[in-house]
Amino acid sequence: MTVKLKEMLQKPQILSSGHRMCAGCAAPTIIKLVGMALRGPTVFCNATGCLEVATTIYPYTAWKVPWIHVAFENASAVASGVIEAYKAMAEKGRSKFEHVDVVAIGGDGGTFDIGFGSLSGALERGHDFVYLVYDNGAYQNTGIQRSGATLPGQETTTSWAGTVEPGKRQKKKPLAEIVAAHRIPYVATVAPYYYRDFITKFRKALEVEGPAFVHAHSSCPRGWRSDTSKSIELSKLAVETGLHPLYEVIDGTKYVMSGPSKRLKELKPVDEYFKLQGQFKHLFTPQWEDFRKEIQEWVYQDWELLRKKCGLD
Amino acid sequence: MTAVEKIPADKIKIEGLTGDAAIAHAFKQCDIDVMAAYPITPQTIIVEDFQKFAANGEVQTKVITVESEHSAMSACIGASATGARVATATASAGLALMWEVLYCAASMRMPIVLTVANRALSAPINIHNDWSDSYGARDSGFIQLYCQNSQEAYDTTIMAFKLAEDHRVLLPVMVCIDGFILSHNVERVEMLPDEAVKSFLGVREPVQPLDPDNPLTMGPLALTDYYFEFKEQQDRAIHAVPDVFKEVEEAFKKMTGRSYGMVEDYKTEDADIILLTHSTPAGTAKVVADTLREQGEKVGVLRLKMFRPFPVKEVVEKIKHAKAVAVFEKCLSFGAVCNPLALELRSALYDLDERPMVTDFVIGLGGRDVPPTTIVDGYNKTKEYLAKGKAPLYETLGVRK
Repeated sequence: MTVKLKEMLQKPQILSSGHRMCAGCAAPTIIKLVGMALRGPTVFCNATGCLEVATTIYPYTAWKVPWIHVAFENASAVASGVIEAYKAMAEKGRSKFEHVDVVAIGGDGGTFDIGFGSLSGALERGHDFVYLVYDNGAYQNTGIQRSGATLPGQETTTSWAGTVEPGKRQKKKPLAEIVAAHRIPYVATVAPYYYRDFITKFRKALEVEGPAFVHAHSSCPRGWRSDTSKSIELSKLAVETGLHPLYEVIDGTKYVMSGPSKRLKELKPVDEYFKLQGQFKHLFTPQWEDFRKEIQEWVYQDWELLRKKCGLD
Repeated sequence: MTAVEKIPADKIKIEGLTGDAAIAHAFKQCDIDVMAAYPITPQTIIVEDFQKFAANGEVQTKVITVESEHSAMSACIGASATGARVATATASAGLALMWEVLYCAASMRMPIVLTVANRALSAPINIHNDWSDSYGARDSGFIQLYCQNSQEAYDTTIMAFKLAEDHRVLLPVMVCIDGFILSHNVERVEMLPDEAVKSFLGVREPVQPLDPDNPLTMGPLALTDYYFEFKEQQDRAIHAVPDVFKEVEEAFKKMTGRSYGMVEDYKTEDADIILLTHSTPAGTAKVVADTLREQGEKVGVLRLKMFRPFPVKEVVEKIKHAKAVAVFEKCLSFGAVCNPLALELRSALYDLDERPMVTDFVIGLGGRDVPPTTIVDGYNKTKEYLAKGKAPLYETLGVRK
């Protein structure tokens, strides 16, 4: 699908203003981009998280599309039920829709960690749905605790930077690749700064038959201690530093680097991404100089490996 | 209520079925749209048999072979939210794993039918029957119905959909059968013609389904300003159950001649001591009552079919004249005054000026056999306590001390 800006802007938004997400949060932007990619009747299944609680404070809702939330770890399972029910009812002549697109949404905690079992199960069963993770690198909804998506060196309220610890020591779980290893038809990483790339990929995810997974970088000024005006710039930097490279994986094996990442002559230093966020400021003290260099090394290694997978070396 | 007619005898198919198989057959005839299936002993046969029906094209059901019971109930909620007729089955640890989402199912008013083949909870791990699992879920908002035999398991499963999907109710129903004792025991079951079940149940008419033409936000956040009101309404819904249950049973009776009631009384009218229990021990208790009656003892049995909502009025009415009620229950509520069934009964009797004495006997944990002698033991103890005018709050029977 070629994305035409003019057409995109004419689409009715699926999330209304006044949704009560924090200023600068990238999640509502991500949802608006998702809305622009939709192709027909769609149902959303949302895991517990910032997006869920902030947009549906009863008796108000910001959602202009059918939307259901059940719990934290089961968005994929709920989506499985929704899809199969629509199919069953369509076959029995009880649905007015021949097909309904189903989108499950979770934050990184609800996807990388607690919801991983239910996600993996749904992928293995091959339901025709799109799972979108908006990854802000921590359990931001409960007050900034580390998750499987938290970066090394990132300070959270359960991975403090202290006199003997540099924030989180462990690497980030390579979720997009773990998901791709299920050999599902389509996996893509996206960042809201690259909105055309985002919408094109999300539309592709909807169009493939079977499960698709979209991993979105999502800035969180509150958790990241970053300026609310820098959120979209941070999403650009995440791509340029190689912390959130943009690529697709087709059928679990074919890796394709996306334009914005492919066009990079070389990666920017991760420092550029880190220095805009209070959560990394301890890394710039002499004590953690070596650890910061080590993180940079890891990012370079991962980048080279990814390029190789994409056939670029 | 749909008009129903008595099914002629030659249209009834009689088969030898286990409790599990009887339920699988009922599910098949109920034309469910979505089933979530995850194996756990002793429920397994239900989902196995059903998937065999599906594999042979005998049902038009999407079976979701989920990766856990947590996802089983979650998928049921998703499917039910779209307006589909939905069922699943579980037991023991599986029900415990569903615990979080049981509350969601009930609070989101999803008319899901969940069969529980009652089984003990770990540790030690044990696959045999007691009621610790479903008693643990008694405050989840599910309606709970307990069956005594395979026929009742079959009948109750069919009625459960009618009850759950009624717009005055819209609550999930747990249909409970004793693991192995009933789930694996072959009994004579009279099965209705498919058409009869179909017209009895009709097609589910959802009130507020997920519908792209009429967007709705389901399962939102409600804080101090509204949460309580949600719960108030849910509480009202479950208290509407007895009236609807009576209607459903009446219609079912017209068709089959069978009905069970929220409680079943057996020789209770003039009884001095009433044995109160449910599920399979109730059958044993009735045999014991017969034998004791022959010996001149004035004893009867009250079998509880519905535990949630607790049919206070019906229970009190049937037992208030007795001198004592001996409760037999397969669950321990650790550290409580007594155990779930007796706790419920004592509360129900509290407002009476003259109350029968209540004795509470914990029996059969982890599948320990409950022979007639165990029931006789409890009866004799109750007589003894009556004479003394004082009884312990509860005791265990049939266990090495």
